Amino acid sequence: MRYLPLTPDDRRAMLGVIGAKSIDDLYVDVPKAAQRSGLVDLPRAQGEAEVERAMRGYAKKNLSPANAPFFIGAGAYRHHIPASVDHIIQRSEFLTAYTPYQPEIAQGTLQSIFEFQTQVAILTGMEVANASMYDGSTACAEAALMAARVTKRSKVILSGGLHPHYAETTKTMAGANGVVLIDSAPAIDGEAEVLKLLDGDTAAVIVQSPNVFGTITELNKIAEAVHARGALLIAVFTEAVSLGLIEPPGAMGADIVVGEGQSIGVALSFGGPYVGLFATREKFMRQMPGRLAGETVDADGKRGFVLTLSTREQHIRRAKATSNICTNSGLCAQAFTMHMTLLGRKGLERLALLNHEKACDLADALGAISGVEVLTPRFFNEFAVRTPKKADAVVEALAKRGILGGVAYSRLKGGAMDDVLLVCATETNTDEDIAAFAGALKEVLS
Amino acid sequence: MSQASVSGSRGLLQAEPLIFEMLGGERTGVDLPEPKGLKDRLGGLKRKAALDLPGLTEPEAMRHYVRLSQRNYAIDLGVFPLGSCTMKHNPRLNEKVARMEGLGDIHPLQPASTVQGALALMEALSHWLMELTGMPAVALSPKAGAHGELCGMLAIRAALYARGEGETRKRVLTPISSHGTNPATAAACGFTVDEIEALPDGRVDLNSLTAKLGPDVAAIMLTNPNTCGLFERDVKEIADLVHAAGGYFYCDGANYNAIVGRVRPGDLGVDAMHINLHKTFSTPHGGGGPGAGPVVFSEALAPFAPLPRIIERDGVLAFEEHAFGEATGRLCAFQGQMGMYIRALAYMMSHGSDGLRQVAEDAVLNANYLLARLKPYMSAPFGGSKDEHWPCMHEALFDDSFLDGTGVETSDIAKALIDEGYHPMTMYFPLVVHGAMLIEPTETESKAELDRFANALIAIAERAKAGDAAAFKAAPLLSPVRRLDDTRAARQPKLRWKAETAADPARVAAE
Repeated sequence: MRYLPLTPDDRRAMLGVIGAKSIDDLYVDVPKAAQRSGLVDLPRAQGEAEVERAMRGYAKKNLSPANAPFFIGAGAYRHHIPASVDHIIQRSEFLTAYTPYQPEIAQGTLQSIFEFQTQVAILTGMEVANASMYDGSTACAEAALMAARVTKRSKVILSGGLHPHYAETTKTMAGANGVVLIDSAPAIDGEAEVLKLLDGDTAAVIVQSPNVFGTITELNKIAEAVHARGALLIAVFTEAVSLGLIEPPGAMGADIVVGEGQSIGVALSFGGPYVGLFATREKFMRQMPGRLAGETVDADGKRGFVLTLSTREQHIRRAKATSNICTNSGLCAQAFTMHMTLLGRKGLERLALLNHEKACDLADALGAISGVEVLTPRFFNEFAVRTPKKADAVVEALAKRGILGGVAYSRLKGGAMDDVLLVCATETNTDEDIAAFAGALKEVLS
Repeated sequence: MSQASVSGSRGLLQAEPLIFEMLGGERTGVDLPEPKGLKDRLGGLKRKAALDLPGLTEPEAMRHYVRLSQRNYAIDLGVFPLGSCTMKHNPRLNEKVARMEGLGDIHPLQPASTVQGALALMEALSHWLMELTGMPAVALSPKAGAHGELCGMLAIRAALYARGEGETRKRVLTPISSHGTNPATAAACGFTVDEIEALPDGRVDLNSLTAKLGPDVAAIMLTNPNTCGLFERDVKEIADLVHAAGGYFYCDGANYNAIVGRVRPGDLGVDAMHINLHKTFSTPHGGGGPGAGPVVFSEALAPFAPLPRIIERDGVLAFEEHAFGEATGRLCAFQGQMGMYIRALAYMMSHGSDGLRQVAEDAVLNANYLLARLKPYMSAPFGGSKDEHWPCMHEALFDDSFLDGTGVETSDIAKALIDEGYHPMTMYFPLVVHGAMLIEPTETESKAELDRFANALIAIAERAKAGDAAAFKAAPLLSPVRRLDDTRAARQPKLRWKAETAADPARVAAE
């Protein structure tokens, strides 16, 4: 077996040093009845070539976005990833390192996290950010829990524009821990509706901008109203590239900003692994979930970085920790930070502008089709359209024509608004893609 | 020891500032077409303040990250013996296949008809996990071990509510030696945590367990093999006692590597167990993540597994994404860590049922070999005497009694190992022995590597006993930085870079 270095001679010699007759002697503590004498009923070992062939077999049964005009967003986005980003995250020193618990030999990871935290804080307009969460949806759930800790209240109101998967994840994770989640009806342009449910028991309201329908919302007034009741404003985004062009939540009064960082440097990979971004105000720093890298000095007075404020975390605080999270999304954060460094202000602004222009072109092309109505009043790179047929049937009919033409909102939120199709355009779309999509949609609807 | 250089670099180790300290400004490492700048449907919500993010060209960025990478220890550099972490070799084939067109680039919300291969791959992984563990159901979506614990405990909570005992069974038992995530997870699900005592031989005390069982107990959370590196001999009795008292048995599967292919948790009375794909099945740890924590379930808990589920209709696979019987709600957006599923399945297929059993046996053999070699020089509380070897599973536990009176502590041993070119073992965990040192070599170390590591550790132990505490306190001397000041980091937290001269808006806002 190519991954196992011990030879039969090694094994014999080692058993001799131990003073054991056979490997079975080392399993004496396992009840005999629970030990299997034979092999589990699964295939035997295979070489690299065989495994690769099998994997290619699975891949071939999927339609790759590389081979189809592609317009799906709704929480995960197709962007170009520079080759150098994938190279760096495959370097042994990043790929095969552990959590930086021994900082003297983990400065590479720690400095990268420190830079990542700074980039996320700048991007969101916040003061501090953590070292990452699993993804945007679990970051959203953690934000609800944190707001309940900070305010010592238990009610959290969710907007009707919050991605339904985020709403459900938050209900599952925060709901189990005593937070009462109040839903709003789906609304394309209704983030401010949360204020109708706001009261003195409210820990936080969660709004999303751009929301799941693509709508961008000005948050200042919502923030003022929320703060007036002593609650926190949690702002969610799923498309990190949007922050290159639109006003960041931190500049509009948000107290906690969480979102999905996949758009910057992380492959689509059928939903994961992604990277949850979590940023907040300095005054709430000690209530944050997850790991934090901080600056310090070594015995020679030289600058260095360590994991810090760990008395918040499960390995120290156990049942009283701010979260049970341990493993986070380190390597995806590494990809994010490198891609962001390659982009810089200039690259990110241009990338965002290109995305917006492609989406405007797409809206013009789809809106020109008889019976199709663009529903989203203000958007970045994705928007909702009303289709005269059920949206899930439209998606299937487009797929049959080799077009990945968005996602039905009803797929995200069982049955709701079943004539609403969510579509997205990015810098990866060509004018020909847009024309092909519009042409196919016209056919499907005729 | 080091002579200062003019540049701040030392040989191959290049000095490297933060990206924010380089004059990034207008540079970028991506070439994008000029936007036409004609259309705007932002509704006036354009960013007002300029984004103050530095950019670097590709050669500058490559150097930055390559220089940083050289300050990291990694499995590909040497033995990484962190107990309970299973730092094994990460096959590169798995990286390659995870990036294949049609796997690495597909969108989670593509119509099912365009992702039949992806769904089939998830089904194949599920099949392997269920066969290996002898459990009838699996939920793939949890994103890491602790998320898997949450998944399992939420299913237990849901099962208790379904029985009408959700409000009365609120206590979760866990040994003092458990991972911190266990009590943290139980608390996150609204349970109270009650700790069970350990016997002098490092196992659960059945008397303590029996005394704590009652009609208010929801579950036990038990790691097996446990965090002392020992198999819980009485695991069947523990399962039976907990079941008889109306509770469930949650098994923390972090240490599954010791038994994979040889012992099936399903035969031990387990109701739910997470499997760290990033441990047993070798998906890379990546400096702290990502992981994946699928959970296998018994018949009793299977109905309460979370959404989404994969269903088959007329030979076509699809997700069931909405209300489904008694299913627990979503634990994350989409369907989990596909990139990790691909790598883990490639790893399983490469090893096969024969290779996986060999994985467990070699992991256990390597740990026992280190235990036998180190025991005469260090103190192994559960390792037996000079003449009698008490076997461990995949990790060997030592305490600090061999350092009594030397002035050297566990953390000093760790720092001395760094100077010898090794990543230290897990320190001060588990909490049941004093100054714990937990060594997990994994199966991917050769005998020669283990001997080199053991020789280094023996030399360090002998040096400590000979009395040279001051030298130990000064270690490490040879690492890129020396011992770092944790207290300062925590007392004056500096979690991000800030411009030092200009008035800082963030600082002003905070004050």
